[in-house]
Amino acid sequence: MAIIERPTEIPDTANRGVRPAPKASTNYGYLRRPVETTGWRSWAFTVDHKKIGIMYGAVAMFFFILGGLEAALIRLQLAGPDGTILSADKYNQMFTMHATTMVFLFVMPMAAAFANYFIPLQIGARDVAFPRLNALSLWVFVFGGVFLNTSWFLGGGADGGWFMYAPNSSVPFSPTNGVDFWGLGLQITGIASLVGAINLIVTVLNMRAPGMSMMKMPIFTWMAFVVQMLLLFAIPVITVALFLLMFQRSFGAQFFSVEAGADPLLWQHLFWIFGHPEVYILVLPSFGIISEVLPVFSKKPLFGYPFVVFSGAAIGFVGWGVWAHHMFASGLGPVSVAVFSVATMAIAVPTGVKIINWTLTLWGGKLTFTTAMLFAVGLIVQFTIGGLSGVTHAVAPSDTQQTDTYYIVAHFHYVIFGGAVLGLFSGFYYWWPKVFGKLLSESLGKWNFWLMIAGMNLTFGPMHIIGLQGQPRRMYRWTEFRAGEGFFNLGFWNLVATIGTFVLGVGILLFLVNIWITHRPNSKTPPAPADPWDARSLEWITSSPPKEYNFARTPQVSQLDEFFHRKYEDVGEGDKHEYVQKMTGEEVIQFEEDNADPNIHLPAPSYWPMVLAFALPVMAYGVIYNTLLIVAGAAIATMAMFGWALEPADAEASDFDPPVEGDEMSKELANV
Amino acid sequence: MSESLISDTVKDAVEIVKDHHHDVHDHDVHGGDDHSGDHGGHHTSLGLSNTKLAMWLFLGSECLLFGGLISTYMLYRNRHSENLGPDQLWDIPFTSATSFVLLTSSLTMVLAVSAAKRKDLRNTKIYLGVTALLGGLFLAGQIYEFTVFYREGLGFTTSLFSSSFFTLTGFHGVHVSIGIIMLVAMIGMLSKEKVSGDEAEAVEMVGLYWHFVDIVWIIIFTLVYLIPA
Ligand code: HEM
Ligand SMILES: [Cu+2]
Repeated sequence: MAIIERPTEIPDTANRGVRPAPKASTNYGYLRRPVETTGWRSWAFTVDHKKIGIMYGAVAMFFFILGGLEAALIRLQLAGPDGTILSADKYNQMFTMHATTMVFLFVMPMAAAFANYFIPLQIGARDVAFPRLNALSLWVFVFGGVFLNTSWFLGGGADGGWFMYAPNSSVPFSPTNGVDFWGLGLQITGIASLVGAINLIVTVLNMRAPGMSMMKMPIFTWMAFVVQMLLLFAIPVITVALFLLMFQRSFGAQFFSVEAGADPLLWQHLFWIFGHPEVYILVLPSFGIISEVLPVFSKKPLFGYPFVVFSGAAIGFVGWGVWAHHMFASGLGPVSVAVFSVATMAIAVPTGVKIINWTLTLWGGKLTFTTAMLFAVGLIVQFTIGGLSGVTHAVAPSDTQQTDTYYIVAHFHYVIFGGAVLGLFSGFYYWWPKVFGKLLSESLGKWNFWLMIAGMNLTFGPMHIIGLQGQPRRMYRWTEFRAGEGFFNLGFWNLVATIGTFVLGVGILLFLVNIWITHRPNSKTPPAPADPWDARSLEWITSSPPKEYNFARTPQVSQLDEFFHRKYEDVGEGDKHEYVQKMTGEEVIQFEEDNADPNIHLPAPSYWPMVLAFALPVMAYGVIYNTLLIVAGAAIATMAMFGWALEPADAEASDFDPPVEGDEMSKELANV
Repeated sequence: MSESLISDTVKDAVEIVKDHHHDVHDHDVHGGDDHSGDHGGHHTSLGLSNTKLAMWLFLGSECLLFGGLISTYMLYRNRHSENLGPDQLWDIPFTSATSFVLLTSSLTMVLAVSAAKRKDLRNTKIYLGVTALLGGLFLAGQIYEFTVFYREGLGFTTSLFSSSFFTLTGFHGVHVSIGIIMLVAMIGMLSKEKVSGDEAEAVEMVGLYWHFVDIVWIIIFTLVYLIPA
């Protein structure tokens, strides 16, 4: 596909920085290839996995803030009795859209951001297997997310809860277009995930640097790989469910209408066959991140790497057999309930294995508590709390008591916020210097961490009590009259939870402040050293931020923790390992650059991914408003696909060259 | 009657899988989507081309899509009014005939792929054309069948049975249509020499997809039409 099959001259050490200037492009297909190397075009049409990763991250961050504001409104409404900030209807929309935004538009794409950026770097590749498809995933996700949220201005958001059970999802109960936007929007973002999954799986399987066997792969790449496998098989299932929903709402079918003899459990099964693996899709990337961070700041290899890999894969398998534990209260029958109950408890085992591995990694290590490390340890603690309350509802009888109360809300936020979000933040601090070449402020980072931890425990901790006291989830009001007495007074704990939300909000805000302080125009933050953390894995064997072509030459891998083993020599005898430093990180990188490969292929940018992605929301609006739009969208899509297919594989030498920083020539070219 | 064909198709499937082994160094200039570094020697870690691996993964994912749709149909196939169920509607000889046409198209697809491997461009195009034609014939049969059902009173929203039947077979029909577009586009691109990368592999990719759609139809035909409700 879009790739340049031609040598690019890499500066040898003698005259570093001299590179042939990019030339104007020739015409291909309908349009010329984009050649811009600066300005917005260099981002919009890029196929560089690093730029795509950054954009994924930025957009996901935006949606995190949006979802957080929605959560804040929910908590404000429930801060005191008889809240008046939201109507019952708006409240329903708020929690539905909060969850949808957080799950599908923040955690999943943020994990995709990390996967996109780091998988190729961690396996020693120049890019992903299909660079243009990668750009397609990004834009499909962006347009899908925006499409989903335009529902706010077009009659209101979806209001059926994030798992959108029938009959709440059908027109009589949800007459606005909110649910239509929800279904179509998730359909679109699902395409992004599916395309991304195929792309990244092929990348991991096929593009590893010489010597990197699967069991020498960095652990983050492994976990991200398992996630892509889960996506590959989970997305089509929810796709079916969403199509049935669309046919029900827009074309008069009755798939979920009990009055027509339908079985409403059909939706529940389809949703949770997707939904339970989805839980692992949310947390495994973060597990991968902290499995990178913990060893680095313990100065020890990850304890039991193969166990972490296999338990990750095991979660990936068993995760398919437990979906019905979300349906204990739906009358499945005692045998099914028992089976799913036991299976669910079984899945606690591989998860427990991971926690043990992490703990043993820390054990006896030389610990440094950087912000990244704090977030990683925070994840272990908070996730374990969530896991414990989780075990209480694998027990079906106790679950039937807890289901649909705030206890559940407490549980899954400990698991998801604790297990996924904290890990993502650990990744932000750990890899920031790699991606942007500057270290975030550690002191601000510590504030960021402690406020988030305090905030999340204040927010979600009291929800255990609120829930056990019987406050239902998804209730837009509670009354003083039934709030109870003394320690268990609902009013008090609801207020605490709301205050906690704002503490949490300030914590998250500090992260943005930290970015601003580090990168504002006259910031005093110096460029980060090439190896600030004494890291272990392959992505650090290149400059920070990495060049467009990632590595000066494709690294030759001989060990797990390749970078570490290039820096340190084992002088221990027999089974005893003792490592002494033989090279610094800078020297290792320098060595690679001194031996740079003169022949580098880089994929060429393309317009078509964005055009094709744009066609999808057009068609989706068509489903809701006007069939003509479907036709228009399909026409755009067809045009884009042909343009895509006709784009030659081998771009001419004049087409695109890796940009030369601040080069006048390339700036001029931006206006060609 | 169609047994030998089925065994042929199975043999082809086996061939296709086997192919991967001698494929490894076959195409130096495949899709071009591999830039793992070494100039010239297009090395992939598995020795399987990226495009092919991607197609297999995609088809794996498609299995679950059809799995979901088929399950929905199986759940609802008895939920219909007295006189508008499978027993009253199915015209097994007719659908067998169209199924046979689709199976035959798999055979011509195989011939196209093998012609492409021999770099026999003329025959490649001819067989691709015949495949597209047979696919079109199948689709025409399906549309005809749908109109007959519709005239007998079976609309998309008539019953749970009808909705799930039309959804399942409709999805399959869309897959066939996309396949035909791919075949026709392939012929055009071969004529204009616009195929990026290895032509034989591009044809093979279309072939993989086409065989998959065919196999799905065999399953649908068996479960929906042949097994009595
Ligand atoms: C920023 C901090 C967050 C706060 C303060 C927060 C707060 C809340 C609250 C109060 C509810 C309950 C609404 C109700 O049932 O009445 C809720 C629901 C939910 N939240 Fe969060 N949340 C946060 C972050 C997240 C994240 C990161 C995720 C997932 C990635 C998430 C996923 C969910 C889900 C799935 C629901 C259930 C919605 C439903 O009942 O349909 N939340 N959240
Ligand atoms: Cu679950």
